[in-house]
Amino acid sequence: MSSTGAGILFIGSLIVALAVTHRPLGDYMYRVYTGTRHLAVERVLYRLVGVHPEAEQRWSAYARAVLAFSAVSVLFLYAFQRLQDKLFLSLGFPAVPDHVAWNTAVSFVTNTNWQAYSGESTMGHLVQMAGLAVQNFMSAAVGMSVAVALVRGFARRNTEDLGNFWVDLIRGTVRILLPIAFVGAIVLVAGGLIQNFAEPHTVTTLTGGQQAITGGPVASQEIIKELGNNGGGFYNANSSHPFENATNWTNWIEVFAILMLPFALPRTFGRMVGDRRQGYAIAAIMGILALTSIVVLTGLEIAHHGTVPQAVGAAMEGKEVRFGVPNSGTFGAATTLTSTGAVNSFHDSYTALGGMITMVNMMLGEVAPGGVGAGLYGMLVLAVITVFVAGLMVGRTPEYLGKKIGSREIKLASLYFLTTPVLVLIGTALAMGSPTERASMLNTGPHGLSEVLYAFTSASNNNGSAFAGLTVNTPWYDTVLGLCMAFGRFLPIVFVLGLAGSLARQAPVPASAGTLPTHRPQFVGMVVGVTVILVALTFLPALALGPLAEGIR
Amino acid sequence: MERLPSWIRQHLAALRALLALTLLTGALYPLVITGIAQGLFNGHANGSIVQKDGKDAGSALVGQLFTDANGQPVRKYFQSRPSAAGAGYDPMSTGASNLGPEDIVDTLPVSGAKDDKGNPDTGRQSLLTRVCARSKAVGALEGVSGARPYCTPDGVGAVLKVFPAVGTPTRAVSVNQACPAAPFVAVYQGVKVECGKPGEDYAAGRTVAVRGTGTAVVPADAVTASGSGLDPDISVAYADLQAGRVARERGLAADQVRALIERNTTGRGLGFMGEPAVNVLQLNLALDRLRR
Repeated sequence: MSSTGAGILFIGSLIVALAVTHRPLGDYMYRVYTGTRHLAVERVLYRLVGVHPEAEQRWSAYARAVLAFSAVSVLFLYAFQRLQDKLFLSLGFPAVPDHVAWNTAVSFVTNTNWQAYSGESTMGHLVQMAGLAVQNFMSAAVGMSVAVALVRGFARRNTEDLGNFWVDLIRGTVRILLPIAFVGAIVLVAGGLIQNFAEPHTVTTLTGGQQAITGGPVASQEIIKELGNNGGGFYNANSSHPFENATNWTNWIEVFAILMLPFALPRTFGRMVGDRRQGYAIAAIMGILALTSIVVLTGLEIAHHGTVPQAVGAAMEGKEVRFGVPNSGTFGAATTLTSTGAVNSFHDSYTALGGMITMVNMMLGEVAPGGVGAGLYGMLVLAVITVFVAGLMVGRTPEYLGKKIGSREIKLASLYFLTTPVLVLIGTALAMGSPTERASMLNTGPHGLSEVLYAFTSASNNNGSAFAGLTVNTPWYDTVLGLCMAFGRFLPIVFVLGLAGSLARQAPVPASAGTLPTHRPQFVGMVVGVTVILVALTFLPALALGPLAEGIR
Repeated sequence: MERLPSWIRQHLAALRALLALTLLTGALYPLVITGIAQGLFNGHANGSIVQKDGKDAGSALVGQLFTDANGQPVRKYFQSRPSAAGAGYDPMSTGASNLGPEDIVDTLPVSGAKDDKGNPDTGRQSLLTRVCARSKAVGALEGVSGARPYCTPDGVGAVLKVFPAVGTPTRAVSVNQACPAAPFVAVYQGVKVECGKPGEDYAAGRTVAVRGTGTAVVPADAVTASGSGLDPDISVAYADLQAGRVARERGLAADQVRALIERNTTGRGLGFMGEPAVNVLQLNLALDRLRR
């Protein structure tokens, strides 16, 4: 079979697997978030936290709980890193420097997992396992909680209640993330990933050299890193490292784990609002955007335009032999379409236009299918904007799922959408305006701008992948990118929960002849169009100076 | 407790939630996984360690350098891909080169010049020049042509800076070829091509990469660094290219070496995942075992 043919089968098999899991997993998550029963372990957790699981929260209380949990998480993770040399399993590493610790704490709590450090030379096993990997679970569970709260806003009527954040957080962790991660981790060890607590073990190589074989609880962290769309690698080389991604088939498992939950959540949404067709429409929008991106990116990498790829004869720089070019491109698309940011090949060395697609994926706001939970709420905000645009065209008050989209709703949706472009473009401009920050670029010319633009796009959209040539472990980048990650995560969450609160208060309006049906291909096409046009209008100038200038000649 | 302001109570609840969930997902979960992994897949869980003469010699999953103390290839061993991990295949410093697809202009070293730390100026090789130099070196080692598109015969990137940037050329410089090298083309659009003078700033010129007529014999993976810097594999094509040299060095029949390559090749998973890959360390170990 040709390499391209195998690459097509790789994508096709992922589509089949996602279609198979979409229904059962989506239905399962529906039962998790709407069920009334509590597991014994959950009761214990509620007692420890001191919450009444039956008590409901209005939107502001829900938002305060999210922010309190995240703030405590950042402080805890910061302190953990600063004190690692005093704790066990630190491998002799010193305390993490303050600006790196701040950046990393924010990064993991916001589901970004941007890494200004190298795992193997900075973090001890304890911080990785009981600090960073915990936030892999938590930030994913928080994302799903916020998404579910928004869906409740659509599904409920005449109420202030959006559910209970602590219940959603604990159920998401205990019933969804942990069981899947448990099975996945064992499968990955079967593929060759390591799972131990050893210190680096020096061996003498065949030619008499020295090589340190590293240890660590990698498999347990690797699976949740993909499943929770986190992306922070145990090692600097992330999922290209043989201990993180050992074989051609663990690579498939990891791409599937990235896409599994985000593509099942539309089903959960459809069930919760009582109309499965709405869920199919959202899944279709995500699917169209995702498949287009995956095919285009994989195709561009196979075509290997550009001087160096042409000289080499393949876009092999920064890629592993066992994965090959097509599967590396597919991983690159999946990781940036979601908020994952794990990499099995290095985006900085992709072809110019292939690298641009990874950026465009993030600029879409990571909605196709987006981060765990974050993708669903992002897509629902875009659906709200689309019915608003459609309503403007025919002069009707727009409505979505029976809820009127009035001025408060559209203001919140617009603020949501504007947050990340403001952070990305202003951040990039600040960095490019300063000679010190420009000096962090590894590459020159348009590719250097791409590195900086990528960094701010990745941080603000909570992706975490990088054009890794950029030197970012400087106080300035650590601080500013940390702020981008925090604002890029929590401002949208507050807007989404505000939107959920005002939707839940409304009584649904009955559908009439003038109502725009939101489950038909027409609506699917409109949301796709609105998404692409909004992103193109916002980011085309910046892209023209970076990857387009480099790739089109 | 009840008298605390509500925002403090909320943060205390958050802290209790975090600690409880840390216990569950940050201690219990990884420990149970470790227990199961160590029990069921002991070899994998501990790094797929391989031994030679009863001593640990590396990991089957982690590539190695097969070079001597001077960095020269040890001719009886199959060679790994280029690596950007530290000084090469260093697991304490994993990663890629991160150089972009249009990184094609070198900074030539100025002889006698020192950097901030007082070290002699080494210049900076572009990704293209690295590719060309590796191709030439591999070609020489294996006794085949090391030529590639966009590469000069002396193994650097075939790149001209043409002045003025717009309009009819009046001056052309082969910027990656330090004087007194003979430029890879004598004349560009009627203008005589000069060699590159170290230290001279050619940034204002238009960059023209010249494809040339060379076709590559040396495979792509032999001239590129991997993402991890620890790639344990090479392509089947690169293994085949090295087979003749290794067979000669070891006095083996070519078929014998080919058979070992085949035995250490992993095909695509289920026939469609990834690419066929030859594990270099396993292959070299198999060769060493053969000799006894």
